[in-house]
Amino acid sequence: MPNKIVAVLEQREGKLKRFAFEAVSVAFKLADELKLEKEAVVVGNEIENINEIGSYGISKITHLKSDKLTNYSSTGYAEVIADYVNETGADFLLLSNTALGKDLAPYLAVKTDSGLIVDVVNINTSSGELIVTRPVYAGKALADIKFKTPKKVLTIRPNIFKASPLNGGTPEVTVKEVSPSNLKSIVTSFKKSEGKLDVAEADIIVSGGRGLKGPENFHLIEKLAEVLGAAVGASRAVVDAGWRPHREQVGQTGKTVSPSLYIACGISGAIQHLAGMSSAKYIVAINKDKDAPIFNIADYGIAGDIFEILPALTEEVKRIKS
Amino acid sequence: MNIAVCVSHVPDTATKIKISGDNKSIEKAGVTFIINPYDEFAVEESLKWKESAGGDSKITVFSAGSDLNKETIKKALAMGADEGVLIKTENDLDSIGIAKVLSEELKSHNFDIIFCGKQSVDFDDSAVPQMIAEMLGYSCATVVVDLKLEGNKITAEREIEGGREIIELEMPAVIGAQKGLNEPRYASLKGIMAAKKKTIADKPAASYENRTEIVKMNTPPEKQPGRILGTDASTVAELVRLLREEAKVI
Repeated sequence: MPNKIVAVLEQREGKLKRFAFEAVSVAFKLADELKLEKEAVVVGNEIENINEIGSYGISKITHLKSDKLTNYSSTGYAEVIADYVNETGADFLLLSNTALGKDLAPYLAVKTDSGLIVDVVNINTSSGELIVTRPVYAGKALADIKFKTPKKVLTIRPNIFKASPLNGGTPEVTVKEVSPSNLKSIVTSFKKSEGKLDVAEADIIVSGGRGLKGPENFHLIEKLAEVLGAAVGASRAVVDAGWRPHREQVGQTGKTVSPSLYIACGISGAIQHLAGMSSAKYIVAINKDKDAPIFNIADYGIAGDIFEILPALTEEVKRIKS
Repeated sequence: MNIAVCVSHVPDTATKIKISGDNKSIEKAGVTFIINPYDEFAVEESLKWKESAGGDSKITVFSAGSDLNKETIKKALAMGADEGVLIKTENDLDSIGIAKVLSEELKSHNFDIIFCGKQSVDFDDSAVPQMIAEMLGYSCATVVVDLKLEGNKITAEREIEGGREIIELEMPAVIGAQKGLNEPRYASLKGIMAAKKKTIADKPAASYENRTEIVKMNTPPEKQPGRILGTDASTVAELVRLLREEAKVI
């Protein structure tokens, strides 16, 4: 059994990401159930909201600080975190399965001789042993997996576990100056995508498929997304046809998403698409063909013409929101 | 330039997954296996790098698994890679295991660059490229949608939430290819014929004990089909009401 769990938290541009608090809450719960010491580490230069971690149940926080790590560097991050972990004898690292967490966790697993399990959606300690569940084959199957090594690295899927604030908790932040020697791979800048929310981070997604008939009709999707504060998604068919950028693709060769609400418009529901979005909490399907497979997994459906329904839906949402 | 590509042999993405009798793996009978879709972008990128480096550049394709993986290696050879190496594993390995057996073989070749798909669409770990890099002491960028080489310096654009990170890295490097990096070519008939004459060496895998164990595998619970509320715009008010009052998501 491990003796210390460390939540490795993600910050960007000096601010902790909201998924960081999910990781803290999960680490807090695991520490309680498995009787572990617990702490959190954050890597970066200046971090403005580091004190907020305290209200999620972990008070011991170490800020591994270096002006060389203002931007993400896989090699630099891996080096300073592995050094810290090896010095302090932690043997269980927990990260979010975000772009950064996914990138970083494998380096940490190799550096610390740990087992690695990623994209975990359920954690069970009821047998006294840690057994975690993760989707495989893009969610077409679920695997229950356990570690065989004493040292563990685990990433949790964003939006699945709740970040639960607790009462009290005074954070004790220790700033530890570090100087990474390996910056062979480093981020030099960031190009923000035009527009809006990313499907991977959104709580609501409005997705369009072939039923839109052409890229010029995607404004109908964009308008509905705008009034809902949602991200725009797309099926593989329309990405491969060049109507939409790949970053919007939901499904097996695109992104796997778990929003609260997924609205599929003119998407028939190929198995690759369903794999990427069927874990959404609520699914709405709007499609002309009432026999389309998307209706088999939708909570609510309208079997009608998207060109008629989308503008009406946008208006109705606008009306109730005003 | 000495170039490697690592490929994996995975179930076609159109496959409906069934769990096998041991409840710990998928039923492989009747499943079509293909080259991992992201590996096609890796192979294409290796061909472009070879074409622009010229000279006596060579591309070696690696895959870890059973004899069946040779089909996927051949696919890369038919696209234009030069030779193949199959690292024969006795059992299914976790991602660290795959990275380990690949690295043990890769390290003696002194590759300048190693291309992989950013993830295999079976276990979807997105971990092997980074692990190979760590084991070999190479630099690495994954989920790469744009790549440039100037001198000894690589500039990669990597897709993350809300945009792209621009990464500078030094050679030798491992690159994890994302869809969008290029347009993979189709193997020509000539390529397919030429591939038949290319060699695929068999190598035994280094020994490795899995660090994780699958206890059980299930298919997700079938979702109950919901309600079709109607067929035209008059249903919209009812839909919005349900989303607000029943689902409480808007």
